[in-house]
Amino acid sequence: MCKGLIGKKLGMTGVFTSEGQYVPVTVIQAGPCTVTQIKTEGADGYRALQLGFDEKKAARTNMPLQGHFKKSGGTNFSYIKEVDVDNPEEYDLGQEIGTDIFQIGEKVEVAGTTKGRGFSGVMKRHGFAGGRKTHGSKSHRIPGSIGCSAWPAKVIKGKKMPGHYGVDRRTVRNLQIIDIRPEQNLILIKGAIPGHKSGLVTIKKLKFER
Amino acid sequence: MEIIKNLERENMRLDLPDFAAGDTVRVHVKIREGEKERIQAFQGVVISKRKGATNATFTVRKVSYGIGVERIFPLHSPAIDKIEVLAQGRVRRSKIYYLRKLRGKAARIKERRYN
Repeated sequence: MCKGLIGKKLGMTGVFTSEGQYVPVTVIQAGPCTVTQIKTEGADGYRALQLGFDEKKAARTNMPLQGHFKKSGGTNFSYIKEVDVDNPEEYDLGQEIGTDIFQIGEKVEVAGTTKGRGFSGVMKRHGFAGGRKTHGSKSHRIPGSIGCSAWPAKVIKGKKMPGHYGVDRRTVRNLQIIDIRPEQNLILIKGAIPGHKSGLVTIKKLKFER
Repeated sequence: MEIIKNLERENMRLDLPDFAAGDTVRVHVKIREGEKERIQAFQGVVISKRKGATNATFTVRKVSYGIGVERIFPLHSPAIDKIEVLAQGRVRRSKIYYLRKLRGKAARIKERRYN
């Protein structure tokens, strides 16, 4: 059983459930993914499927990759990623994997790259409270003291400071699948997922139920 | 983008009548009581309409036994059985929150008529 799928975040909206409740959902274009390589215990030491997603032109694919894709039917993909699989023998090269590996109501985990926020201060980056805005205060968004004085005479490692924020790979677990549209390859997931619109995401089955 | 718009269209109620702030409406709401389902009506003046594809809402205000009652309905909710527009009011703004401060005769709204 294939345990994951590559997809593209399309955006957010809300739908009404059959009970009449309004649920915010993220729409993901998930698959169809093609098996481009099968990793087995004997040959590779672990079991996985390499999936290709988002077809692209041969002219935009370099020759080594074209040679790799030729083994699985010759379609070139923009993205290839590995996902866990229980028994790789069940799958063939070039086989298409769609949204049917998931069920409505199932809990999944979604990983993506968060939105880039550039060089951010400590309030945005680490959630510091900041200083007073009024009463003569001049410390509005600054971090305040960053340590002691003569001893240890240095700033301790890992101190939370301003810096680059965002563009990190983040995983959100226990997200519920609200709806699946196999004919359009859409998965509707309750709540938000990391990343901007048209960002690449991977949807995986939970390793353990919480 | 087109995909999301189509999804939203599926989740929207396009059968409801057109109404605006200032109109008097009667909203028939389905209410579940255990197994049974019944319909309850809420009649009042629409004091605001909030936009947003599937997330649109509208607020209906009525004065019940001297106490102002406002209810916010999701416009596209399947719980709404039907909406009757009883009168169209002539108001000059889209959010008529000033109605909350007015009572009795002052809280009347002129009817809008088309020739």
